[in-house]
Amino acid sequence: MGMAEEILLRINGTEHRIHSDPATPLLFVLRNQLGLTGAKLGCGLEQCGACAVLMDGVSQLTCATGVGEFQGRDIVTVEGLSNGGTLSAVQQAFVDAGAAQCGYCTPGMVVAVTAMLDRAPSPTKVEITEALTPHLCRCGAHPRILEAVARLIGPGGVDD
Amino acid sequence: MTDNPSLLNNPNLDDWLIILPDGDIEARSGKVDVGQRISTALAIIVSEEMDVDLEHIQIAPPATIGFPDEGMTTGSNSIEQSGHALRRAAATARRHLIGIAVEKFGAPAECLNIKDGLIGVTGTNQTINFAELMDGGGFGIPVDPNAPLKPTEDHRWIGNAATPRHMTEFVTGAFSYVHDMALPGMLHARPIRPPHANAQLIDFDPKVTAQLTGDGIIIVRNGSFAALAGEDEYALIKAARRLAETAEWDLGDGLDTEDVFQRLRDNEHLSLPVVDGTPVDDPAPALRDPPPDAAQTLSARYERPYVMHATIGPSAGMAVCTDTGIEVWTHSQGIHSFRASAAEALGVAPDTLTVHHALGAGCYGHNGADDAAFDAVLIARAIPGRPVLLKWTREDEHAWEPYGSCMAAETRASINAAGQIIQWSQDTYSDTHRGRPRPDPGGDGPARLLGARYLSDPARAFSAKPTMTRQGGLHRNLDPYYDFPDTRLVKHLVRDLPLRTSALRCLGAHVNVFALESFIDELARAAKIDALAFRLNHLSDRRAKTVLNACAEAIGWGDVAAEGHGLGLAFARYTNSKTYAAVGVDLSVDDAAQVHLNRVVIAADAGEVIDRAGLSAQLEGGFLQAASWTLYEQVTFDESGITSRDWDTYPILRFDNVPDIETILMERPGDAPLGAGEAVGGPAAGAIANAIFNATQIRMRRMPFTPDMIRAAAAADTN
Ligand code: FES
Ligand code: FES
Repeated sequence: MGMAEEILLRINGTEHRIHSDPATPLLFVLRNQLGLTGAKLGCGLEQCGACAVLMDGVSQLTCATGVGEFQGRDIVTVEGLSNGGTLSAVQQAFVDAGAAQCGYCTPGMVVAVTAMLDRAPSPTKVEITEALTPHLCRCGAHPRILEAVARLIGPGGVDD
Repeated sequence: MTDNPSLLNNPNLDDWLIILPDGDIEARSGKVDVGQRISTALAIIVSEEMDVDLEHIQIAPPATIGFPDEGMTTGSNSIEQSGHALRRAAATARRHLIGIAVEKFGAPAECLNIKDGLIGVTGTNQTINFAELMDGGGFGIPVDPNAPLKPTEDHRWIGNAATPRHMTEFVTGAFSYVHDMALPGMLHARPIRPPHANAQLIDFDPKVTAQLTGDGIIIVRNGSFAALAGEDEYALIKAARRLAETAEWDLGDGLDTEDVFQRLRDNEHLSLPVVDGTPVDDPAPALRDPPPDAAQTLSARYERPYVMHATIGPSAGMAVCTDTGIEVWTHSQGIHSFRASAAEALGVAPDTLTVHHALGAGCYGHNGADDAAFDAVLIARAIPGRPVLLKWTREDEHAWEPYGSCMAAETRASINAAGQIIQWSQDTYSDTHRGRPRPDPGGDGPARLLGARYLSDPARAFSAKPTMTRQGGLHRNLDPYYDFPDTRLVKHLVRDLPLRTSALRCLGAHVNVFALESFIDELARAAKIDALAFRLNHLSDRRAKTVLNACAEAIGWGDVAAEGHGLGLAFARYTNSKTYAAVGVDLSVDDAAQVHLNRVVIAADAGEVIDRAGLSAQLEGGFLQAASWTLYEQVTFDESGITSRDWDTYPILRFDNVPDIETILMERPGDAPLGAGEAVGGPAAGAIANAIFNATQIRMRRMPFTPDMIRAAAAADTN
């Protein structure tokens, strides 16, 4: 087992000084040390997308990358997307579209859509598929997640 | 009178509804919400019958104490059982509250109105809320199954779109799943599984155990059941892997690798005729000769390999063992039956255990939930006083969940010169779909829990009895809903198959309807009759015809399909008594034999629509899960164990093959609402197979419809 080190993390706008083996994946630090259980453990193999957070605005899986790699980065978890009682536009669109069944995949989906729209406010169908294909959902909430994306893009709609 | 088991077993109004001090209403259901949104539908029902706004209805996840025992949450029964019961409970409560108000105000009932949880005297400003009327007491009366329901035309919530419960918590990450629970003093835990189901643990490497113990990790072992517990979850994951790899295992003979489809033919099996959807304890009738007026007689065999529930969140369970008993949190779909089996396995009285439902990730059926909860209990008993949160890994879930059985369905039918089916036969072969924990004193209860099979005093080997209930296990939807004369239906419970199986969404209906609806298309083609017309010619139920016609029209049946596209249709009424569903699929198959789902239409008649958004979501989610089994999924294994142990080796449907789905709901206000959660699975498989044929002239009779399988089927066709 590696040695615990002091690691400085910037999460949801707050600096955290934590002690951890830098090889411990960020996900376990978020969930077990910082009480941020929004990101989920789905596979630990970077195959399902349940553990995604924003790293410098980009969707990043956290189940296999050591916490050490996240030093100096700006990390936003799904908890950090809403502001007090106000949901982000993406979160609100998910609520309005009813884009969750069991909700287990939802935090990862919300993060993926947030990152995609930051990069491409009017994404094409291909861009949407590319952004969401790394994310698994077993309940079949896909059509409603796509509906949430369509609401966010607005009346112009999705280009092919 | 009522025949609803939920009401018969829980007749008191106080079992179902509690008026809270602030006037909010707590509705208590024994059915668990596993993402199918049953709690949203139940809240809508109570809200409607009691005239209280939705946000004032509270519904907590059930536990084995303080909640009605409604058995398991299975078989698309919740709306017909819990929904029916709570609706009568709410109507009884409303009448009772008005009765008290009549006395209080000295005004006749006709002069009272009820709105937003207040009863008022019409034309005055006198009002009183429910809590004041109850004066801190309970109802103390039984639910009246005949209490008058609110007239349909006055409905405000039923049939309208409601925001599903917990949606805000889902999107903010605030919702707490079993996996997210944190109790004071809690330890994390991970099980250590043998390389395969038939292996036994000889011993761990003492050097490794000494090191782990030195690191503060607790090793729990009982026979071949082993687990680790400790404070640091990630350290445990690594330690569990290391301990398993360095352990000495008795691998026995390994897994039986004979082709399962051959095994389904050859193995010993118990055969029972199925009459009107119900197995009969009689010898199975032999296949008769085709009738003399048979113009053509066709036969076919349809197959599915083992498939998984494949939940996105590996199973988890929390348990704590104290002087007063064992408390458990689980995402099991049957908390009472789990308790009964676990108590029997532990040799304790059932009331020693209190079991709470807490949400896990969705998947529908008997996944690893019960097993993980039992693992947690075994560990908690070894570490009394400390709550233990046990989680399976992705590998554990893929390798150890009870699978949906491999199945084969053999059909034979004769049509006359007019193209009518005049004889029909289907034989379905499968392992059990009934492996869930359930009360079985002195029987197989303990063997239904994975951990109990590996204890030093192991549960005896599980031997499934045939499910004899109407539309149960492997014979679900074996009985065609069409008007076929001269039918012969036989279920075959096949013995000694290599992998553990249990209930997976739709049970036998996924394969039975796949076979029936594929074969209907084959027969229609032989009769040179359009597949829609052929179906309608054999259906007398108007509601069935209506969904088929609506679906066909919306998918563009009869129009010329776009270049390279194929259209397919299929229909079933789930369990022949629940939701009617017709599915239309427009797909294309590319040069690499990849199937692309373009457009899907689902037309469904679920009786009165309670939660419009929830109903569509269940139907569409059901399509996508079934499309995934049908197109992609297959549990693989060799002698050394399960080889499909992650999402690469067991791929499921992803966003790159999600079709546009149009869902058409028939409007039947005032009719009985019908269970819908599993209605689409069978027709989905049939419609996909039929559309592939339409696009390619290749008839797919074995799932999954991967490029390799499609090429193999094409090659077999040309030989
Ligand atoms: S948990 Fe990280 S991708 Fe699955
Ligand atoms: S909503 Fe259940 S896994 Fe996506």
